[in-house]
Amino acid sequence: MTKQNGGKDPGYFLDLEEGVVGRELFVSEELYEREQEQVFARAWLLIGHESLIPKKGDFFVSRMGEESVLLTRDRKDKIHVFLNSCPHRGMKICRYDEGNSKVLECPYHGWGFSLDGRLAAVPHQKAYMDVLDTEKWGLTEVAKLANYKGSIWATWDPEAPEFADYMGEALLHLDTVLDSRDGSEGGSIVLPGIQKCIVPSNWKFGAENFVGDIYHNHSHASVDMVGIGPSGKGRRDDEEMMTANKTIMRCWNMPMGHGGISSLQLDDYPYAPVYRDYPEIDAWFKECYELRQERLGKKARLLGAVGTIFPNMSYHGTQPRSMFVWHPHGPNHMEFWRFYLVDKDTPDSVKDVLRHYYMRYSGPAGLTEQDDLENWNYATAASRGVIARRRPYNYQLGMGLRTRQEGIPGDVCERLMTEDNQRNLYKTWDRFMQGQSWTDITS
Amino acid sequence: MAENERLARLLLTSEIEAFFYEEADLLDLRRYSEWLELLHDDIHYWVPMLRNVKYGSHEQYEETPTKGGISWIDEGLTTLTQRVQQIETGIHWAEEPLSRISHLVTNLRVSKVEGGWEKPTAVDTRCRFLIYRNRVETETDFFVGKREDSLVRQGDNWKIIKRKVILDQNVLTAKNLTFFF
Ligand code: FES
Ligand SMILES: [Fe+2]
Repeated sequence: MTKQNGGKDPGYFLDLEEGVVGRELFVSEELYEREQEQVFARAWLLIGHESLIPKKGDFFVSRMGEESVLLTRDRKDKIHVFLNSCPHRGMKICRYDEGNSKVLECPYHGWGFSLDGRLAAVPHQKAYMDVLDTEKWGLTEVAKLANYKGSIWATWDPEAPEFADYMGEALLHLDTVLDSRDGSEGGSIVLPGIQKCIVPSNWKFGAENFVGDIYHNHSHASVDMVGIGPSGKGRRDDEEMMTANKTIMRCWNMPMGHGGISSLQLDDYPYAPVYRDYPEIDAWFKECYELRQERLGKKARLLGAVGTIFPNMSYHGTQPRSMFVWHPHGPNHMEFWRFYLVDKDTPDSVKDVLRHYYMRYSGPAGLTEQDDLENWNYATAASRGVIARRRPYNYQLGMGLRTRQEGIPGDVCERLMTEDNQRNLYKTWDRFMQGQSWTDITS
Repeated sequence: MAENERLARLLLTSEIEAFFYEEADLLDLRRYSEWLELLHDDIHYWVPMLRNVKYGSHEQYEETPTKGGISWIDEGLTTLTQRVQQIETGIHWAEEPLSRISHLVTNLRVSKVEGGWEKPTAVDTRCRFLIYRNRVETETDFFVGKREDSLVRQGDNWKIIKRKVILDQNVLTAKNLTFFF
């Protein structure tokens, strides 16, 4: 029984004071359906990035929850997000992944929509004998849209708080992904090629892993042994970026459910070499590092490593720099999308090293990620049974160690190895699932 | 076409076919380090993703680019060797326990020859593949597509210097790509 629910049975078990979470959250068909309504039709979701639609008339097909949506740039340069289902009789209007067009024409009866969503062309319109009010039959548009440093977000809920309020100080962690390496604001682009794959795992396994799970390093021992990192060992340049004792790493979280792992330099210190297998690249990062220090001062000390923005967006801040989404795809599957980022003006030689590194680390063929996907697959599968469901999952790591750390926005845990962020994520999830008002959710 | 050239073509095609069959066997028998020896030091091993794009732009945009883009896999010998090493740690959970894999190679065509059919120094080939993967209990995947390979002669042996894999999928229907094409 959930403790936030005053004893009323919500159909799932959640006792966050004890640190236990019922398995039905990860396998139940009924809860999955309710999530579509209560979570995905309300929360802010990541759609993509403005660099995917640089020109007027560009469109990119994305998803919100289970549903296909269109990200477009109209002829006035305005960005929109629409449901990709024809208002006439439901046909999926656009079955391309991306493209450019003045009009999006439905293949079924030919209704044509301009990229601002208006119904612009109706074949045999006279046959409607003035009954059809074209003003009313444009595309279904999201309630709110936000462009944060190039990343595009949207919600279907007109009551939802503004994006900046929904995110709060989580933005300061997310900035590591979206700002340029030299500390200037924004300036990132998505590399062409979005990885998409279907994983037999509940979507929450991805979200709760990236919200901050140092504990699962265990599962990556094989890749650490092989050493795919840019300096020839491990997975990333963590050690290099955290030299000596001047940097601490902490799990942080926010009341809205967001959380992650970020590092903080306790003092200013000179550049520590990264990408040591590639001297030329290292030189570029050194230059960026110094510019960043200069530009941001003390603020340059914070770097986001990983994180999850509630509910289903996650990121890698530095290595391998990317944004991804765990789209729900039935209770036992998710569709995993990964967008990889670089600075717009990254020299080609640097870009080339980065993209190779991104691909060997991440995605379905990534040496690191393969093992995560396998674990989430079989955790989902092994939690389905009647007997399995009698036993809740254990999230008791690092209980009662919540504190604050100057320089790291949010609540942090005193110890790096904690499941405080997961407990916090499910607390928010619970509030959404109970259909609480935004005032209650955000309080 | 002269009789002896026709014969030379046949012999070469069947030699390459034998090479690919042996390669498939090495992979399916999990003799990975021997498989690595078939690869040229400068191999480019590339599996682009395929996008849904409008007719007419498909030739240019259907495949994700290797230059400046993201693919499923795009790498050289170092990373391929690391993949083998990772499997051999015995704790690479996505391949532990090992998957049961069978490679079927078919529709082979030698599309280009350097140095003549009789004493070729390099060849380009096209073929189709069907890869069956079964793991743990009942988990099963099929991967079907086209392969474009370039081989070069090194002494008595052929070495694969380019492998481009056109995997006929858009959203990958499998959770991962832990095997070699
Ligand atoms: S369903 Fe789209 S025009 Fe009829
Ligand atoms: Fe992981």
